[in-house]
This record gives sequence, C-alpha cells and structure tokens, in this order.
Amino acid sequence: MSIHNPPAGWLKPPMGAERLWVGLALAWCIIMSIAMPYWHFYGKQNPTGESYKVTVADFAVRTQKFIAANKVGEETVPLHIGDQVLEEKVPIVEIPPGGDGYLLASMWKFRPILKMKMGQTYRLHISSMDLQHGFSLQPLNMNFQVLPGYDHVLTITPTSTGVFAIVCNEFCGIGHHGMTGRVIVE
Amino acid sequence: MASAVESLPISGNHPASEVRTCDTTSLPVCLTAQKFIRMHAVAAVVFLLIGGIAAILIGLTRWPAVHLLPAEWYYRLLTLHGLNMLIFWILNFEIAVLYFAGTVLLNTRLASRWAAWGCLGLMTVGAVMVDVAIAQGKSDVLMTSYVPLRASPWFYLGIILVAVGTLVGVINYFATIYIAKRDKTYEGSVPLVVFGATAAAIIAVVTLLHGAVVMIPTWLWSMGVLSQIDPAWYRITWWGLGHMSQQVNVCAMVSVWYLLGTLTTGASPLNQGVCRGAFVLYILFINLASAHHLLVDPGVGAGWKIWNTSYAMYLAVLASMIHGFTVPASVEVAMRKKGFNRGLFGWLAAAPWSNPGFSGFFLSLVIFGFGGGITGVVLGTQQINIMAHNTMRIPGHFHVTVVGGTTLAFMALTYYVVPLVFQRDFYAKALCRIQPYVFAGGITVMALGMSFAGSYGVPRRHWDVEFTGGQFAAGFDPGAHVMLGVMGVGALVAFVGLLLFILLVVAAVFTGPAIAGQAMQAWHEEPQAPADAATMAEEEHNTPGTVVLVLVFLTTFAVYYFANWKWLSDVWEVR
Ligand code: HEM
Ligand SMILES: [Cu+2]
Ligand SMILES: [Cu+2]
Repeated sequence: MSIHNPPAGWLKPPMGAERLWVGLALAWCIIMSIAMPYWHFYGKQNPTGESYKVTVADFAVRTQKFIAANKVGEETVPLHIGDQVLEEKVPIVEIPPGGDGYLLASMWKFRPILKMKMGQTYRLHISSMDLQHGFSLQPLNMNFQVLPGYDHVLTITPTSTGVFAIVCNEFCGIGHHGMTGRVIVE
Repeated sequence: MASAVESLPISGNHPASEVRTCDTTSLPVCLTAQKFIRMHAVAAVVFLLIGGIAAILIGLTRWPAVHLLPAEWYYRLLTLHGLNMLIFWILNFEIAVLYFAGTVLLNTRLASRWAAWGCLGLMTVGAVMVDVAIAQGKSDVLMTSYVPLRASPWFYLGIILVAVGTLVGVINYFATIYIAKRDKTYEGSVPLVVFGATAAAIIAVVTLLHGAVVMIPTWLWSMGVLSQIDPAWYRITWWGLGHMSQQVNVCAMVSVWYLLGTLTTGASPLNQGVCRGAFVLYILFINLASAHHLLVDPGVGAGWKIWNTSYAMYLAVLASMIHGFTVPASVEVAMRKKGFNRGLFGWLAAAPWSNPGFSGFFLSLVIFGFGGGITGVVLGTQQINIMAHNTMRIPGHFHVTVVGGTTLAFMALTYYVVPLVFQRDFYAKALCRIQPYVFAGGITVMALGMSFAGSYGVPRRHWDVEFTGGQFAAGFDPGAHVMLGVMGVGALVAFVGLLLFILLVVAAVFTGPAIAGQAMQAWHEEPQAPADAATMAEEEHNTPGTVVLVLVFLTTFAVYYFANWKWLSDVWEVR
C-alpha cells in the first residue's frame, strides 16, 4: 500500500515488464537527448541565442543609420490615435545580402518594413525600445523573444517568397494585439 | 471502503484530546491538522471559483465568433485567472495534502499550530492583496509580470506574502516529519505517499527561494527604490520559480495518484524502490528545466539551453514515464488479484469507473501522460520551440498538465477529503459520478483546440486574432478560427464541470449530512468477479495490459516527436 510504511527490503531492482519499461524509457530519453545536438550539426534551424547588451538609444541610432543607408521605398499605413485614424509613412528597407539588418520593436510598432531575397543569408538584429515584445513571423510561425537592452541577432535565410506579417506575441500593454509589422521576400 | 487497510495502533505523539481514529480507514487523525486541512481546502475552492469565472470569460473572448470582453478586461481577467488557478488554488490544496501526508500517514501531530496559522494568514492576505490590486486595474501585467511592465507594488507584495506563507507551511511539514521521526511514531521507511509529498516539499523550497530572489527586487523597483531590473535576468530567475513550481505540482499529483490508487482499488506499487527512485530523479534534475521557457531568448546561449533541456530535463521525463507505468500497473495487479484476470483489459473494464475518486484519478493519469507529457517534451525541444514559443500551443500544453492532470487529480481526491476530513456526505451522488468526465472531456477538447490553433501561429495572451487597427494586415488561416471555436466549446464544457464540482463540494461541506462517527459510504460496490475467474497468485506481477498501454503511449510520443522535426525542417533557416 502506498499509504503504509513499506515492508523492509523494498529497495530492489525492477523486474520483468517493469525493468523492460525503465530500459525502454531511458533509451527513448537518450535518443531525444541526442536529437538536439544532432540537429545542430545537420539541421538548418538552430537559433544560437547570439545577443549583445545594447542601450536603447544606441540601438535606435543604429536602426536609423541602417534605414538611411538602405531605404528603397515607403508605404503609407494607418495610424490609430484614440478614435482618430491618421496616416504614417513607413520606410521599406532592403537588407544587403550577407549584411546586417535592424528591426526595432516599440509599443506598438515594428520598424522598418524589411525586404530580403530568397536564399540569401542575413544577420537580423532585433531589439525593443520599451517593453518585452515577441517577434512572430506569420504564417510561417517562427517565434523569437525581443528584450529591451539586448541586441538579439538571428542569422536567417529565407527559403520562401511572399509578404509576411510580423505579429507581437509577448504581452506589451493595451495595444499589444494590434502590433504588426511586415517582411517582404522576393 | 474498497481497501480496508490494516489499522495502525495509536501510539503516536498526540495529546489525547487532539486525535481521533478515522471511522473508515482507522488511521489516526490529528485534529489540529484536520482543522487546517479544512481551511486550506475551503480557501483553495474559493480561488478555484474566482479563477473559474475568469476562465470562462477569457475563454469566450478568445473564441472569435463570441469575442466577449473588451481588450482591457481580457488582459485583466487573464492575469486574475493565471494567478488564482496556478498559484492560489494549487498551493492551498498542496499545503492541505502536505498536512495530511505529514500527520495522518506518519501517526503524528502537526508540529506547530502557530506556524500553521502564519501560513494560512500570509497566504490568504497575500492572495487577497493580489486580487484587489488586479481588480483595481493597476496591475494588468499577466501572471509573469515581465519587467519592465509595471504593476502596483501591492501586486508584488501580495505574491511575496503568498510565497513566504507557503514556505512557512512547508517548513512546518518538515518539522512534523522531524518530530515523527524523533518520537518514533512509525517504523521503517515512510509510506510512498509521504515520500512523494516530501519530494514536492523539497522542490517547493528551492522554488520559493527563487521567487523571493526575483520578486523582492521587483517589488522595490515598482516603488522606485531600484532604478532598473534586467529583463533577461528577470526571465531566468522568474522561470526558476515558474517552472519548478510545476514540478511541485507533478510530484503532488503523482503522490495523489498513488494515494487514490490505494483508496479506490487497494492498489499497491509493485516495486517501491522504483517509484521512490523516480521521485528522487525529480528532485535532482527538474531544477534545471526552467531553460525550456527561454529557448528562443537572447541573453542565454545554445549550449546552456541544450544541456538544461536534454540531459537534465529528460531524466525528469524518465521519472514521469516510470510513474506512468507503475501507477496503472499497480491498479492492474490489484484488479487481477481480485479475479478480474480476463484478457488484456478485463481489469480496466471492471475498474470502479462510477467512483469519482477512481475515474478522476485515472483520467488525470491518461490526460497528463498522453496530453501533457508528450506535448511538454516536444515543445521543450530547443529547436522545435521556434514553432511554439508564445503561441496557443503553450496553454494547450499546460491545460492538460496542471488542469487535466493536477487539478483533476485534486478534484478526485476531494471526493474522499469531504467525507473523511470534513466528515460530511455529498448530495447528488449521480452528479458527483459524472463530474470528472465532464471536466476531463471539456479540458481535453479545449486543449486540443488551443494546440491546433497554436500550430497555425495564433499567439497566446492575445485579444484579437484579426489584428483590427494594426498597421499591417495580419491574420490566420480559417482553420485556426475553427480551432479557436473548438477551444471555446471545450472551455464551456470544462466550466460546467468546474462549477458542478464547486457546487457539490460547497453544498456537502456546509450543509451536507454529518457522518462523524460512522464509516463513509463507499463510492462503489466491490464488483463481483466472474465466477470462472482465475485469480492471480499473490506473488505474480503480470501486467500485460499496462505493457500494451505504455507501448501505445511510446508510439504516440515518437510519432508526434518526429512529425514536429519534420515540420521544423520546412521553416526558414536560422542560426
Ligand atoms: C474551466 C477551466 C478552465 C478554462 C476554461 C481555462 C481557460 C483558459 C484560457 C481561455 C486561457 C487563456 C489563453 C490565452 O488567451 O492565452 C487560460 C490561461 C491560463 N490558464 Fe486556464 N482555464 C481553466 C482552468 C485552469 C486551471 C485549473 C489552471 C491552473 C491550475 C489554469 C491555468 C492557466 C494559466 C496559468 C494560464 C495562462 C495565463 C497567462 O497567460 O498569463 N487554467 N485558461
Ligand atoms: Cu509588443
Ligand atoms: Cu505585444
């Protein structure tokens, strides 16, 4: 009984089916333990968590420089302030293949619109101006955490083309569910 | 009762006026412990009700066709739901379980009445403080309160008080075990349920210390005393609290499984060494698993993530897989010995499914294993987490661990706590008998809906899947909307099950027929074994049915695991 003191000599090795199961379960856990490092060498999706401490001001300046140097266009999007709907021009910026791109998250925007080419590799720096945010690329469903004070570097290679949405999936206040951005891959 | 158990002599250390002999189990019941078990159980149910009302409102909000609450209230009630359920309901129930295991099963008195008052008082004041801070609308930061989101200082102080109160209760438990040992109130090793509860208590101490380390500076920061809290540091330390406390829940739940297995079918573990070893694995390894909340975070490297989630966490997974065998195997052996020895599953078919203590326990085992266990390991795989982090796959996972698993097991136990500890009988026994099925069914459907919606990318903690007012168009496949509807229907059914539970328990506890002085009415008739039954010999330990069950489990696990790697290979390359 599990509610009574066990008879002396309860410490004995498992036998029969129980032993078989402990062995099988252990083997399965070992397989899963190997799968992760294996994928690091042979798989293509392995975020390393590469990141650097950065001040909010510094990251904002680097983003502005990146936009000024690589801007290829502009898109007019709605800007909701209270009940008013204004307009805002958002730069479209093409990251040089093999080069560095910047994405700045803030309540409740992603800036700028990023443009990439399929098959090219980019170093994408992501950080936040204020709260924690989520970088969720849809409909691909790839998700990364964005923290203020940390430059999170994703070395990314788009393998499909199209217009993708970035949605914020870390709660960041009352405008959270309207926080979206855009990535264009040609 | 199903398991008329050998009675213990009352040779404990109780003052004579402080003990009674249970009329059903003949176990000695410390009256002080009984009083506090009752109060914590009542508090637990009150918080379950608060959390449950919030649950149905947010559930109906996330169902796009209903979209009930305004955004502000969705986030507010989500904060309320997470804390009242995951912290206040669960912790109060766990303290009650500790007091029971520490005193009744060890034939001892509770170490300190004053510490027990302190624990109850701090936990209650803290919880009320948190709930008021949330209701005032100044603490819409969700349960995790990720800095630099800022809540009212009362919010953090309330959480600190709850944590300190719980710690006092846990220390009281250790002191109780200590005096039992000192006064030699039991012989040999402690019972398995006490061993499991102790494992839970040890992990709880480590957990609560993490809580103090993260919450006290955050509280000071919220008052302007500290100027800044590093968000990455906060996340690592907070999850030291947040993740490990889930392991407390797993330990407590598994202990309750063993307890209910014994109470409902007379089951006895085949090899206690194996069961205890598995509990030790929890203590040793789970502490590292907080990493799996940070798998796509900046600030922590891949090596650290992989080490902590694989080599360390998988030994805790191993422990759960072992319990997943030993628990049903013990039931199988008990049933076969009673004569239900036909075929692979004759024992399972003849099990007391009309006993809510049994059905709740066994459904909890199945839901936790097939639902929570498998999804937990898969979502916690470092690379696969890319496709899951902060999506609805996450609440889809934990509603089949801490709700379909732990909460359901605690509900099942309550069907014994009310007659045995409150000494009251239930009304409407037929409703009691169906309640576990309603709740289990609803939660399972809801979690499936959440998980599939999450696979389409739907974020958790998100008010509007249409992104109305967003600067750029975004949205999801129609399939995601269907799945959110499935989630909503499941939430409704689960809510009915939860409300039914609360009504039945409250009616029984406050107005139910008193049954002090008589044995509780058994939840089920001992089923008659077929006349031609070949009873299993005492020394035999054949469990072919359980072997088939666990092999089905392992196959399901492997299929889901490798399918996720396949899906991962289809997304963009990233380093
Ligand atoms: C009738 C029962 C329940 C229903 C219908 C329900 C429903 C929900 C829903 C709809 C969410 C929101 C998901 C989202 O939008 O992100 C949620 C979140 C959550 N639930 Fe439940 N739930 C129930 C019971 C429980 C119980 C018993 C627990 C714990 C023991 C629990 C723990 C949580 C937690 C921790 C969260 C996450 C809160 C957050 O994201 O901050 N739930 N639940
Ligand atoms: Cu955001
Ligand atoms: Cu957000």
